Amino acid sequence: MTVSATATGRTPSAVAPAARGGGVLPWLALPALLAFVAFAVIPLIGVLLLSFTSWDTLGTIQLTGLESWQSVLTDPGLPHALWVTFLITALSWAVQTPASILIGVFLAGHQRYRELLAVLYFVPLLLSSAAIAITYKALLDPNFGLGAGLHFDLLTQDWLGEPGLALGVVIFVVSWQFIPFHSLLYQGGVRQIPRSLYEAAELDGAGRVRMFFNITLPQLKYTVITSSTLMIVGSLTFFDLIFVLTEGGPADATRALALDMYKRGFQANLMGAACVIGVILVLVGLALALLLRRLGGRDPNASQLEGA
Amino acid sequence: MGLPLGAALAACGTSGPAPSGGGASGAAAGGNGGGGAKASYWFLSGPPGEAPRTAAVKRFNQANPNGQIDINVIQNDAYKTKIKTAIGANQAPTIIWGWGGGGLRSYVQAGQVEDLTSWFGENAAVKDRLFPGAFGAATIDGKIYAMPCETVQPIVLFYNKKVFEKVGVQPPQSYGDILDLVKKFNAAGIAPFSLAGQSRWTNMMWLEFLFDRISGPEVFQAVFDGEKDAWNNPASIEALTKMQELIKANGFIKGFSSVTADSNADQALLYTGKAAMMLHGSWSYGIQQAQGGDFVSSGGLGWMNFPPVDGGKGDPSDTVGNPGQYLSISSKATPEQKEIAKKFFATGVLDDAEQKEWVGTGGVPIVKGSDSLFSGSKDAEFLNFIYGVSSNAKVFAQSWDQALSPTAAEVLLDNIAKLFQLSISPQQFATNMNAVIGK
Repeated sequence: MTVSATATGRTPSAVAPAARGGGVLPWLALPALLAFVAFAVIPLIGVLLLSFTSWDTLGTIQLTGLESWQSVLTDPGLPHALWVTFLITALSWAVQTPASILIGVFLAGHQRYRELLAVLYFVPLLLSSAAIAITYKALLDPNFGLGAGLHFDLLTQDWLGEPGLALGVVIFVVSWQFIPFHSLLYQGGVRQIPRSLYEAAELDGAGRVRMFFNITLPQLKYTVITSSTLMIVGSLTFFDLIFVLTEGGPADATRALALDMYKRGFQANLMGAACVIGVILVLVGLALALLLRRLGGRDPNASQLEGA
Repeated sequence: MGLPLGAALAACGTSGPAPSGGGASGAAAGGNGGGGAKASYWFLSGPPGEAPRTAAVKRFNQANPNGQIDINVIQNDAYKTKIKTAIGANQAPTIIWGWGGGGLRSYVQAGQVEDLTSWFGENAAVKDRLFPGAFGAATIDGKIYAMPCETVQPIVLFYNKKVFEKVGVQPPQSYGDILDLVKKFNAAGIAPFSLAGQSRWTNMMWLEFLFDRISGPEVFQAVFDGEKDAWNNPASIEALTKMQELIKANGFIKGFSSVTADSNADQALLYTGKAAMMLHGSWSYGIQQAQGGDFVSSGGLGWMNFPPVDGGKGDPSDTVGNPGQYLSISSKATPEQKEIAKKFFATGVLDDAEQKEWVGTGGVPIVKGSDSLFSGSKDAEFLNFIYGVSSNAKVFAQSWDQALSPTAAEVLLDNIAKLFQLSISPQQFATNMNAVIGK
């Protein structure tokens, strides 16, 4: 009442800054928008256009309509690559999420040694995927690797030469690399949970396990969704690690979608077909991200803090 | 979009002070600096080839102050992508270093390289001094598009003499002997053959020899010529079946599917005595010499051409591998640049000094009579063997993945991996490969 009265009673010059601010704000978004158009929208349109052409990267680009789409969609390699991608996504999610939550909860305590451990746990994320893949490849070598060196038979498997084992190794190494990152997310999430909830539970006589399942886990809901979105969308594009570790082998056992795209485009020189895979990847990623947003409820940005 | 990207890619690898027409961008931008035209030349970095290549250009530049060559040295895998991008963007160097065969064919089809047939006709001396077998991979539809250069690299059957002595057996004289040796070595707890199966082209060398020894070069030639259903030839099915029999008989080291060639783990298996034999390119000699301690110098390494298959029609003196490396001239280069390149081909490539340097790296230059340079070399025995195999081979077939187009080669390598995993049958292999004949 009084506020609006004084506001309308102000001179136009005093209102001006607010109006100007409203005008400036959209302009501030312009650089980001331009970057988005230049680095996301235009390449995306380029890929879409290329998917209707045939191009061996050397000669001229020829418009061939739906030919590339037809060849990719009828190729039995595509369902296989989708299946491998799904397996890697689902299994690495299933391995990473519980491990990350447990490590995150553990690290959320405030003791000194936990800070130190947090730093140590974080190290894998600082290494490049290529370096990790080369290291694991050397360690797992059936003739010169860790198992052979220690004469430890259980470790001396043909890790990257058996289809099932190779897929397992890929999931393990991916998880090893990214659990630190997600643990960090969960550590932050746990520290956001109000102490008062635990104090109340303690008064009610709840044990640690009960508190974990009844307070910590429900309160971490949105962190789980954030972390899962990153994990799932990220694992759609796993490339470097698989490329160095197995090159999609043995016999296509680990040929995921992103690797399939690279092989078609840059090794077989079929740019049109590679672009089709690229478009499929975008669509699958988009669908998954939307699905996860749905699962997250109406308003994932709502505050979980008490009283807010 | 394409042009700026190509220019950017080309520019970021330019060696030396770039701005005024130096190196790569000079070729297409036409921005020649002062002091006469300059040709550009890109090639692979790293030992053993970088030093002789660089030195040959240096000598040429000293002798030709008015027609210099700028070099740009690029690492193997990066080179393959980069040269393709540059050619596609009309930013190719004047002199294009390559492997001939299918890659060269795609350059020819895109109209990007000069036809050198008439030039070789006028300069018969340049052509006649080289191994005739080296020209096969430079010839597309009867016309020559590249100058063979550098060294010949046949595939050789290497073996560990010490292991053979220990088990008390002799090197194989026939494919039947190989099967016997497989049993004996397996019984002695030594893997018969080392193989870097993850690299796929390593497996391919086996098929190349089995096909050749069983039926001669005709079957693969039919594939190369684009004949329909060429892989369905009974000889082809026989070779593929023999291959899987050898795998089932544990002919290869356990876990070969996860061994890679780029880490040289396959060679390590041979010189450490974990495996008795290995089919590999002649370049493996230098690697084992460098990494195998005293294995080569103490006479541990044995070598031979792949033995005949009993009842096979192929000529056992034939060989496969890399008959040479290749230099082409970009059709987009200026006339002055093309002249410099041709002068380099005639006077600079494989001159006496370069031949000596290649011999020093353990290579055999593809020049007739280059064996006269071997005396005094500590590797003379091996070099003479390679010279003999290469110059006596009636057919020196180019490696399949190099001979085919990149599209067909990728399908080939994929299917070879599956054949070796026993996840497809010989007939399925043939069917899958027939689908990409001529592509």
